[in-house]
Amino acid sequence: MEKRAAFSDLRLAGALIAPQLLLVFVFFYWPAAQAVYWAFTTQPPFGGSNEWVGFQNFEQIFTDRVYWNSVGVSFLFAGLSTALSVGMALLFALFVDRRLTGYRVHRFIYFWPYAVAAPAVGLAFRFIFAPEAGFVSAVNQWVPGLWNPALDGKDALALIVLANSWKMVAYNFIFFLAALQSIPRPLIEAAAMDGAGVLRRARDIQFPLLAPTFFFLLVINVTESFVDSFGIVDITTGGGPARATDLMVYKIYSDGFKGLDYSMAAAQSIVLMGVVIVLTFIQFRYVERRVHYS
Amino acid sequence: MADIGIRSVSKSYGRQPVVHGIDLDVRSGEFVVVLGPSGCGKSTLLRMIAGLEEITEGEIAIGGRVVNMLEPRERGCAMVFQNYALYPHMTVAENIGYALKVAGTARDERRRRVREVAATVGLDEFLDRKPGQLSGGQRQRVAMARAMIREPKVFLFDEPLSNLDAKLRVQMRIEIRKLHNRLGVTSVFVTHDQIEAMTLADRLVVMNAGRIEQAGTPEDIYRAPASRFVASFVGSPPMNLIDAVVDEAGGIVIGGVALPVPHRLAAGRKVTAGIRPEDVVLSDGGELRSDVDFVEELGSVRLLHGRLNDVDFVVQVAAADRRATGALAFTVPPKRIHLFDADTGLRIEHDTPVAIAAE
Repeated sequence: MEKRAAFSDLRLAGALIAPQLLLVFVFFYWPAAQAVYWAFTTQPPFGGSNEWVGFQNFEQIFTDRVYWNSVGVSFLFAGLSTALSVGMALLFALFVDRRLTGYRVHRFIYFWPYAVAAPAVGLAFRFIFAPEAGFVSAVNQWVPGLWNPALDGKDALALIVLANSWKMVAYNFIFFLAALQSIPRPLIEAAAMDGAGVLRRARDIQFPLLAPTFFFLLVINVTESFVDSFGIVDITTGGGPARATDLMVYKIYSDGFKGLDYSMAAAQSIVLMGVVIVLTFIQFRYVERRVHYS
Repeated sequence: MADIGIRSVSKSYGRQPVVHGIDLDVRSGEFVVVLGPSGCGKSTLLRMIAGLEEITEGEIAIGGRVVNMLEPRERGCAMVFQNYALYPHMTVAENIGYALKVAGTARDERRRRVREVAATVGLDEFLDRKPGQLSGGQRQRVAMARAMIREPKVFLFDEPLSNLDAKLRVQMRIEIRKLHNRLGVTSVFVTHDQIEAMTLADRLVVMNAGRIEQAGTPEDIYRAPASRFVASFVGSPPMNLIDAVVDEAGGIVIGGVALPVPHRLAAGRKVTAGIRPEDVVLSDGGELRSDVDFVEELGSVRLLHGRLNDVDFVVQVAAADRRATGALAFTVPPKRIHLFDADTGLRIEHDTPVAIAAE
């Protein structure tokens, strides 16, 4: 049991936590409550009052093919970028853990991408992957028209997946490396004495012991790709072409701030919030059941 | 089964040398214990044999084959680690059978051999448990079984008993020795516990600061330690070591008291005299005197702690001797006095071979 100090005077305790509560209320609960309110109301064309409409907004978005496209793209994006970033991070972490040449430098620089803000990542990738002038435009020299994210939806999706993965690899790498280094060295040595080679050891010893970290990162990455991808999409593709990269979070923005349809945007953000809540719940529920190191 | 040849093996980490040119031959079927304080390079030596540590210089051969460039798995060694290094996510059976699984042994054959080995070390009932559910002694047995199942040419033990409580340590020590008597596999056992070393070893190797101080049977080393370091390290309670000077008569002087010794020495030479606590003979007419500060009761014997010539001095007496603190007079038979050079710490031999045991 941890020891706790107890306040005998509740008024003092209240005064001490009031600033924090105020911040949480103003910046989290109030906007969230507003979003819920908007989601269940609609505004007349020229504004002024809000009219209670029940689930009408939700009915409307759930019957909208464009919205379902957005949901599909979001899940595809989340799946692809999580697979790519977690996979690459695991590979890098294994290399660094094996102390291959230059591991000290790599250990240091692999974290940098995470420190770059999403719009900056988007801008960088937009230049690098520009079909007419970027580095990657070389492929269009060899095979004309192979790469053009402005016209081809698949290319556009690949572009934002790459950008987002590149950013998240750094974060995942740190976690994997920490987890790998917390595996006692003698375990790996014992496996080596037992005759297991590098790959066999990774499969039989390291991966099972990484399972909790792996699961944690899976949830974090999926959540991040749902809520934190706005910057990349906005700078690189703007949701296009033909809504091929119209992620849920981006659609909320464009419907709300460009379409000025607050009610529909609010309803969508409630759905997105629901998705994130479910993911978080899964994380808390299952990360508890982690493998126990003895 | 195989012999191990270690020829001028050195190890440095960067520019920091930790093992300086070790030469050692372990005969086939021999149980060799490497004894030394922590940081003396004994574990590094063991890990170089295992292939877990690169050999900076020199050469190690197992069964006549130089293994410097071989992977651990190609060397035919099995190792028991200090913290057991059991795979926490595998059951006891999976832990023991892992080497066979990697080697691609068929499942039925594997299961049969795991059972066999588990029975040898008394683990049959625990095969489905995870290491986390076992006691320290049981984990130790799993580690042993895991090493045994591969039927290795060489067993390597890296302080395997140091995490056990005192009683279990004694029990496992005996079991390891019995196992060796039965299997007869060449074994190298590293420890800092001199009782463990004395009881287990066919041959004892005492290491200090990356060098071998002395190698020989436990009895030889106890009877005739090759240096002051070995003298202080082997034996419990340890040998008393006192500075002394050689006088005109060729004897030694300790704190003003002259003692004859069988060594032939030049007058004025500075030496360290070594006297085992059990070699002291109490007699009221004895020329050496000490004040006993306190008495350590060990049951079978008693240790009288006092001072002699400004250093701690321990005298071992029989349990029946109920002497308490206070003045003590004693003498030491000249042939029982070990002498070491004060500068080099090396043993000074008697001039004529003396059969100490036949006294």
